[in-house]
Amino acid sequence: MTKHTELGLSEEEVLDMYRIMLTARRVDERMWLLNRAGKIPFVVSCQGQEVQQVAASFALNREKDYTAPYYRDVGVVLALGMSIKELMLQAFAKAEDPNSGGRQMPGHFGSRKLRMLTGSSPVTTQVPHAVGVGLACQMNNDDAIAFVTLGEGSSNQGDFHEGANFAAVHKLPVIIMVENNQYAISVALNEQVACEKISDRAIGYGMHGETVDGNDPFAVYRSVKQAADRAREGSGPTLIEAVSYRLTPHSSDDDDRTYRSEEEVKQAKEKDGLISFREYLIAHNILTEENEKEMEQTIKSLIDEATDYADAAPYASPDTLFDGVYQ
Amino acid sequence: MAQMTMIQAITDALRTELKNDENVLVFGEDVGQNGGVFRATEGLQAEFGEDRVFDTPLAESGIGGLAIGLSTQGFRPVPEIQFFGFVYEVMDSISGQMARMRYRSGNTMHAPVTIRSPFGGGVHTPEMHADSLEGLMAQQPGLKVVIPSNPYDAKGLLISSIRDNDPVIFLEHMKLYRSFRDEVPEEAYEVELGKAKVAREGNDVTLIAYGAMVQASVKAAEELEKDGVSAEVVDLRTISPLDIDTIVESVKKTGRVVVVQEAQRQAGIASQIVAEIQERAILHLEAPVLRVAAPDTVYAFTQAEEVWLPNHNDIVEKVNDVINF
Ligand SMILES: Cc1ncc(C[n+]2csc(CCOP(=O)(O)OP(=O)(O)O)c2C)c(N)n1
Ligand SMILES: [Mg+2]
Repeated sequence: MTKHTELGLSEEEVLDMYRIMLTARRVDERMWLLNRAGKIPFVVSCQGQEVQQVAASFALNREKDYTAPYYRDVGVVLALGMSIKELMLQAFAKAEDPNSGGRQMPGHFGSRKLRMLTGSSPVTTQVPHAVGVGLACQMNNDDAIAFVTLGEGSSNQGDFHEGANFAAVHKLPVIIMVENNQYAISVALNEQVACEKISDRAIGYGMHGETVDGNDPFAVYRSVKQAADRAREGSGPTLIEAVSYRLTPHSSDDDDRTYRSEEEVKQAKEKDGLISFREYLIAHNILTEENEKEMEQTIKSLIDEATDYADAAPYASPDTLFDGVYQ
Repeated sequence: MAQMTMIQAITDALRTELKNDENVLVFGEDVGQNGGVFRATEGLQAEFGEDRVFDTPLAESGIGGLAIGLSTQGFRPVPEIQFFGFVYEVMDSISGQMARMRYRSGNTMHAPVTIRSPFGGGVHTPEMHADSLEGLMAQQPGLKVVIPSNPYDAKGLLISSIRDNDPVIFLEHMKLYRSFRDEVPEEAYEVELGKAKVAREGNDVTLIAYGAMVQASVKAAEELEKDGVSAEVVDLRTISPLDIDTIVESVKKTGRVVVVQEAQRQAGIASQIVAEIQERAILHLEAPVLRVAAPDTVYAFTQAEEVWLPNHNDIVEKVNDVINF
């Protein structure tokens, strides 16, 4: 048995996973170019975290479950159904952006249609929100679950503890996935936490916890799938730590040379999960020279189209300033 | 004397006090090796070591609590909150705890903490990164709230804040960080807390402002001058405690007042100043005291920022209203 068949994943599904990971990477790369060309104000990247984001999303019921993603989750929102055009509209902060109508920073996702809670700038606030959604699911006898992500640095906020604790006490259908990319802006992991694994904290809450290699789509998929099964059968929340590396500076406003070596980044790039997943797909004849070429071309033309559209789209009018303050 | 931007003056004040008093500690998110996301603490860790200038985990409530504990043991913590919009995460530490240590302990403990934080609009950062939340702080007895409008004052006020024996919220308007330079003395000097400054003298109308609105008011005064209106500009520098004496003195001279704040209109410092003026100087007024403030919405999205933020034209308009009353 191959790794994917063992998990019940078809060739189409793994290829689709790869396509979305690659789309996330290419969208992100384009955003940096647009930022450097002065077209968009800000980029906060998913690069290095696409594999875990997409693999985790595929382990959810994407028709039914609720999510509260954080700002790096381009892979999650694409997997849940946000279009490239919608991503570009939010990057350009245009009126038509379905996330916030250009009112928030790029990367602050949210969509009623996709059952995705609107996120905001203060980190970790989404954790107790997702726990509230989990409680609502439980009260409504809805077998949907709430999936929430955050960075490892953000797991030091009080909101993390308060949300995780409540979820465990009430055995809520919640999955908390910490995307450990080794840095919180400039502050390295060992200055953020003293525990060996972020998932060690699960013991303190009385919930299941595990750490997985975020560059391994199968490990992430398995872990999230099992967590989703436990959540749906009433066995409560899970804390998953997906370990990878932030391949770009924190954001387009950051210069990472002041706090990490180029050598370290270079080594991490060699372990990029996108590369090993690609090799896996080629080895199993799922990705071929032709379909890869076609995939890249399709993604590129979709991004080109979305970029032109978003660039030309109008900004929100100042007349709308009072909209949404009250009913 | 050196020419410095406001952010350089702030770094210089931190360096001066780190040198001057070994109990001064600087900490916060990314303030160490990285030198702060705005570079306010650049070079300080290299100069003073990791024990005195250090990064904290990403947890504002913890930063505030830590500062309180340290301050009760003789240290003078100068923590940074990366953006003042994130102050909500640490509100209890500040308003519920720090501000009340002295009162609660019957004057046996106090918290000489200076919290520095960037705030303010006009630099194309959206909500939570640009909000003017000084009013929240000013409502809490036990806190002092300081907002410099220029590099010279920034250094002197920050030194005074660090040396002060009560907690000070020191707010740095992002638009002023690098917008102009001033002569800033190299040595240590203090600018007294709780003292406003007459930034420009005039006889016909008083403009009361702080932070970035001081510049807007001075610009408005220059425009008004062309129409033969002589406007006095009072730079509050400290919004809590307010320097009522300087305000009232100017009001008595001009009889007409416009109060300017960048924050939303409702329940702001400007309202407080209007109330103080009518209580103390109503018989000197020739017209109602008017306010210039932002509309009562969440901080504007970038394309509406220009419209949303108060500017010198809004000030001129209100001045004409009080002149023609
Ligand atoms: C409450 C709060 N404090 C500070 C910030 C500024 N900030 C934005 S992202 C970030 C670091 C987050 O690190 P981590 O949680 O590891 O996520 P990563 O960006 O590495 O994915 C900080 C300090 C913020 N957004 N919210
Ligand atoms: Mg991180």
